[in-house]
Amino acid sequence: MVAHKTSERYCLGIESTADDFGVGISTFNGKILANISNGYIPKEGGIHPREAARHHAEVADAVLAEALAKAEVKAKDLTLIAFSQGPGLGPCLRTGATVARALASYLNIPLVGVNHSVGHIEIGKLKTGAKDPLTLYVSGGNTMVTAYASGRYRVFGETLDIALGNCLDVFAREAGLKHKKGVPLGAAVEQLAQHGKELVLLPYVVKGMDLSLSGLLTAATTALKKGNCSLEDLCYSLQEHAFSMVTEVTERALAHTEKKEVLLTGGVAANKRLQDMLKFIAGEHDATFNVVPRAFAADNGAMIAWTGILAYTHGLVTPVEESFVRVRWRVDRVDVPWVK
Amino acid sequence: MGEVTLTKLLRKGAEASLFLADWHGRRVVVKTRLPKKYRPEKLDLTIRSYRTIHEPQLMHEAKAAGVPTPTIFMVDVKNAAITMEFVEGKQVKQLLDGLPKTERHDLCVRIGELIAKLHSHGVIHGDLTTSNMILSSEGRLFMVDFGLGEKSNEREAQGVDLHLLKRALQSTHYQFAEECFHDVLKGYMAVLGADAAERILEKVKEIEKRGRYIAERKQDS
Repeated sequence: MVAHKTSERYCLGIESTADDFGVGISTFNGKILANISNGYIPKEGGIHPREAARHHAEVADAVLAEALAKAEVKAKDLTLIAFSQGPGLGPCLRTGATVARALASYLNIPLVGVNHSVGHIEIGKLKTGAKDPLTLYVSGGNTMVTAYASGRYRVFGETLDIALGNCLDVFAREAGLKHKKGVPLGAAVEQLAQHGKELVLLPYVVKGMDLSLSGLLTAATTALKKGNCSLEDLCYSLQEHAFSMVTEVTERALAHTEKKEVLLTGGVAANKRLQDMLKFIAGEHDATFNVVPRAFAADNGAMIAWTGILAYTHGLVTPVEESFVRVRWRVDRVDVPWVK
Repeated sequence: MGEVTLTKLLRKGAEASLFLADWHGRRVVVKTRLPKKYRPEKLDLTIRSYRTIHEPQLMHEAKAAGVPTPTIFMVDVKNAAITMEFVEGKQVKQLLDGLPKTERHDLCVRIGELIAKLHSHGVIHGDLTTSNMILSSEGRLFMVDFGLGEKSNEREAQGVDLHLLKRALQSTHYQFAEECFHDVLKGYMAVLGADAAERILEKVKEIEKRGRYIAERKQDS
């Protein structure tokens, strides 16, 4: 039993932008005490926003209790409640926001709304020690290359259509792979890809620092249905093309911004092959390579708690009446006064 | 004829290295697309040879359209190397923020005119950033790096081209992005006419809205 100092300040962060409901608890100096998550697994197809929101409402209580128990912090000792305010799926965001508002009101402590994308960048920085990185943020809903300049994270490149994680997930579902507890669909593709031998040439679409993945997904799915290539070869080819594209645009942004650190964050950051590619280009440009630890790669409450602390300690709070969710809150519209 | 003496690495870009070289007593640039070891050899070779073959063709087309580009002297597909004229000058990226307002305005209008000339001749640049524009010491504006370009007359491709420039301005020249893009469009309009430019602008807006988490896209919630 670790006795916490009574003077210690804690923030509880709630994440609910998509299929995961997560609660994280962090001290004000960045020690993550708990990071509990419960994911919604669709019976078939992708995320149904209403069903995911229903899942979040059902598990919220248990996840909160588990996080507080893990952190050995009592609710009354919390200093701040942070929540993921957007971007994401409306019904899911609203469920998390409702829980956050209720907690803050009941405990009579401040509330702070956090941008989900900024959360992924900040937890990456906290956990790796990167100070001013060029960040590749890749997940089921996002694919972007950002770096800080003058008050905000600027977007240098991004997908023109679907996100990288989405591309891998849809292909996996088309191939009949099943989402299991603790094994995301992307990880199933990664495992199969390791047994791929023959590279099948597929569309490779890079436009400046932007990229397009929808044509690649269509071509890979079509090849799958034709049945001329093995699933292993297709998983391998899909990954090699998609990862080469994001690596190429990241390298272009790296050459353009001349940053000295590369940070890989978001759910797809857990992929070893993608890590290897980015590590390679970082080395080519004399930059250090940083990757968010696996436990903080996918959506999680800890990143929201930590980013909430950064915002709060720099004078930002979100009054309840302004705590409506922001379904389309782009990262380059968020002021980040804590970054210098 | 193939006697090129590499003298100095000028710039290491994302996909190619530029070397200053001596070719029959003339100062030239050798742009070499070195193998990218992070991707499979088969994919790497496909990408590098495709771009090495297409880039000089597009630069030639651009010239025909009245857009200054470095003159090509030699293309070595096997080594993915292009030998071209060395343009003495500065990247617009380095210049733009330091220019007085009127000069910045004039330069952006000129950029818009050049892009319009490219588009009206069916050339899509593919990577319109201020790093890929050089203002020569004689004051001529050069477009370089057509490696991601294509031949197309489609409004979609033209729209993406302008969208990329807008975003490059927003990320790199954020304090002037809006006025600069406005001036670029002014130049674009001067060459193509208001109607055509208006149609492209509509396309740019449509492309932007296709992006993820764009506040302007409000069909639900």
